[in-house]
Amino acid sequence: MNQAVRRMGGLLRKEFLQIWRDPSALAIAFLLPAVLLLIFGYGVSLDARNVNLALVVQQPGPLATSFTSQFGRSPFFVTHSFQTIQAAEQAMAAREVKGIVWLPSNFGRRAAAGGGSPIGVIVNGVDANDARIIEGYVQQVWAGWLAAQARESGHAASLSIAVEPQVRFNPAVSSRDYLVPGLIAMIMTLTGALLTALVIAREWERGTMEALMVTRVRIREILLAKLIPYFLLGMGGMAASVAIAVWLFGVPLHGSLWVLTAASALFMLTALGMGLLISTFARNQFVAGQIAIITTFLPAFILSGFVFDINSMPGAVRVITHVVAARYFVAILQSLFLAGDVWPVILPNAAALAAMAIIFLGLARAIARKRLD
Amino acid sequence: MPPSAKAASPALRLEAVGHRFRAGKRAVTALDGITADAAPGAITGLIGPDGAGKTTLMRLIAGLLRLDAGRIEVLGIDVVRDPLAVQARLGYMPQRFGLYEDLSVRENLDLYADLQGVPPAARAGRYAELLHMTGLGPFTRRMAGRLSGGMKQKLGLACTLVNPPDLLLLDEPTVGVDPVSRRELWQIIDHLTRTAHMTVLFSTAYLDEAERCDSVLLIHDGRLLGSGPPGSFTAEMAGRTFFATASSGRRRLQARLAGAPNVIDAVIQGARVRVVTAAASPPDADVLAPDLPDLAFVPTAPRFEDGFVARLRALNTAAAPAARPAAIPNAPVGGNGGGDMISVRHLTRRFGAFTAVDDVSFQVARGEIFGLLGANGAGKSTTFRMLCGLLPASEGSLRVAGFDLRTAAATARGRIGYMAQKFSLYGDLSVRQNLRFFSSAYRLFGGRQRDRIDWAVNEFDLTPLLNDTARDLPLGFKQRLALACALMHEPDILFLDEPTSGVDPLARRDFWRRINLLAEAGVTVLVTTHFMEEAEYCDRLAIMAQGRVLTAGNPEAIKATARTSALPDPTMEDAFIAIIEAAAAHSATEAA
Repeated sequence: MNQAVRRMGGLLRKEFLQIWRDPSALAIAFLLPAVLLLIFGYGVSLDARNVNLALVVQQPGPLATSFTSQFGRSPFFVTHSFQTIQAAEQAMAAREVKGIVWLPSNFGRRAAAGGGSPIGVIVNGVDANDARIIEGYVQQVWAGWLAAQARESGHAASLSIAVEPQVRFNPAVSSRDYLVPGLIAMIMTLTGALLTALVIAREWERGTMEALMVTRVRIREILLAKLIPYFLLGMGGMAASVAIAVWLFGVPLHGSLWVLTAASALFMLTALGMGLLISTFARNQFVAGQIAIITTFLPAFILSGFVFDINSMPGAVRVITHVVAARYFVAILQSLFLAGDVWPVILPNAAALAAMAIIFLGLARAIARKRLD
Repeated sequence: MPPSAKAASPALRLEAVGHRFRAGKRAVTALDGITADAAPGAITGLIGPDGAGKTTLMRLIAGLLRLDAGRIEVLGIDVVRDPLAVQARLGYMPQRFGLYEDLSVRENLDLYADLQGVPPAARAGRYAELLHMTGLGPFTRRMAGRLSGGMKQKLGLACTLVNPPDLLLLDEPTVGVDPVSRRELWQIIDHLTRTAHMTVLFSTAYLDEAERCDSVLLIHDGRLLGSGPPGSFTAEMAGRTFFATASSGRRRLQARLAGAPNVIDAVIQGARVRVVTAAASPPDADVLAPDLPDLAFVPTAPRFEDGFVARLRALNTAAAPAARPAAIPNAPVGGNGGGDMISVRHLTRRFGAFTAVDDVSFQVARGEIFGLLGANGAGKSTTFRMLCGLLPASEGSLRVAGFDLRTAAATARGRIGYMAQKFSLYGDLSVRQNLRFFSSAYRLFGGRQRDRIDWAVNEFDLTPLLNDTARDLPLGFKQRLALACALMHEPDILFLDEPTSGVDPLARRDFWRRINLLAEAGVTVLVTTHFMEEAEYCDRLAIMAQGRVLTAGNPEAIKATARTSALPDPTMEDAFIAIIEAAAAHSATEAA
């Protein structure tokens, strides 16, 4: 037993020394999260802001003015007035504006009468995402204006309010607030699966694995000695990401820190399990990197619900997302950051993560042999 | 542990050991029916060319590979049944030493001490002993990656020795290491077996190392070709080895002798030709008299290599026809007068603060074979790259085939044939496709290309292999194909980078026979090598260390510099070591 502890101590010390001296490991754990967060935090935004919008008012009047002024006040739009619908359509064709709000000559009458379609909204569907967002915002503005009109004129809520989009849990409708939690899952996938698979492949390439295997060390000790340091490194990366998210970007963290830590630990074990499993058959860094990117990072990016909503995926793809560990973690993270400790969301997802961690780590242990063939 | 306790049984017993693996679709038999013992407290040499199965056997003994047939017992323990028990008593240094380059000397030692269960109290004494033995004492804080090749080798050895093993496996520890380090390593190994009674299994492709072993296992193509003390290999060659001299010039002499009856081997050595015969008498001088009137034979002592060659010849007579004395007829096209084909003057190349090549000068005449001999890191490759026009010189002048490489690198390159180390063939292409590719890379097309490919196929006996993929060729054939590719455009200068290290002696002879014919036809040949034997084939050579040329001259003259009363017939390695030590002493006095 004493011997086993000494062997583990030696392997762990070696691993930490290597991490400390190899800038690339620390870079993946700490620099990459910062860079990714900065890019996503400042550069990539799925929000519609300062959208160029054409306003065509055929017959100006008090009602029309009161409605259009809503758009002018909105932070989402920059309005451009056009005299005719044809001119506005040309501007849209030229991509000068992304949408048109058209108030026909009978706007005042139809708005007062209620019902029907008093305004026309045309959005450029080339960019489907933008189109949806504009559509939603216009409806929001329209509904808000109707409600205001109703209050002013004393009419009861009998007014047919066609749409009332409710944006909960992300009241600012800021995409950053839900992208950042997803990013943390990406970063942990990178350290857990990619970095771990790479450093083990490097030992194969340099022939050090061969030398290790002829010593008295057990295969479980070799695996454990990789698991522990990279677990800590991944958790460190996670902590750094959360700190950047909360303090630099002001992303709210509604859930509790211990739930976040526990869920992250579960996910980290899953990612490490995948990394160790890859390393049992990929014996050079190129192959290990390719496999890790294709089987862990890309699915985590595309199929986890981090950017693309799982519910809007085709059925077959939705089924596939169930084997993507990041899917469960992203769900937990988004709930923790944007809503709080929502146990009905956290518990089943955590259970799924635990099951996957056990499967991957178990498989890695079962397959790994103290042999070269 | 007292050696007498285990002296009764062998330290290592191999019984009909077999191993197969799959390479793509082919099933490869790596080892077949190896049966042998290694005596405790002795050095057993595992000797054979690259690809013979040495590493596979080492790994099987260490329990790292699946055993397909037979039985392996280490110190009485069955390796398959209890690999961990075997590994606890085994020290194994793999080919790349198994060091962590980003850990210091001390940290590497600590790691292996932890892994091998050396109690902390015992470490200080053990480390002191190992550091003293390896001479690494002053470098304990240096990163392993920043050690020289020889120092890495010694650190690798120290790491496997932190807990003294009963059986030490060393997989080609001397490859690419300079001769001084090589000699020091042998001193350490001798010390280990003589005083610590360690059993050592030492694999090598250098045949001259066989004679330092107590016992030898000679393997070739996965089969045991012979075993026993090295003396038993040379004893059967007694009376069959001679030096031949004649006034006709050594290359012609060698070519004539190689095909003569009763001769199984004829190799140029210095100014003479070393001949091995099938029967215990010199070749019949009367038969050769018409060509070589003043032919004379002097008996010489047999070497281990002679025994290997004789065994290989015996194997091959059934399998393949004897190498025909082929002529390579394409005399090089013109040139720029007689003079030097390669002229290097005061060549220097710096990388930042590091001087890789320092004021190197040499000239090579047309039809001459010139060697650059030195360990890894001596500056040979850098010199080579500059000669190929791939790397600009920091200072000095370089002329190849009369062209200044500063101004006409591309023109000069067109006159050069280059055979890279490890041959750089396209492994996925067939032999025919490789030939076609390289000939078109040298801008041969149409009828001319067909002619040259036909010539190569014919000249290098490649017909039966045309559709084989290059990766699957035996090493000797890869080497032939690589040479054929380098000769496609009929260059008048041929650059060879470690052309025959690790190939079996017959393939090496075949290769040098062709090179000699090329040189006779006027092709200028430049060889870089760290392989002492290859240096013997050169007309002249330069010995390089730390970027400088220490000495240059013909092999006989260089060897003569090391001649002392104690060492009347020094080898190239003896000379190399003497020259390096003299240079070190010189720079030490300069520094003082």
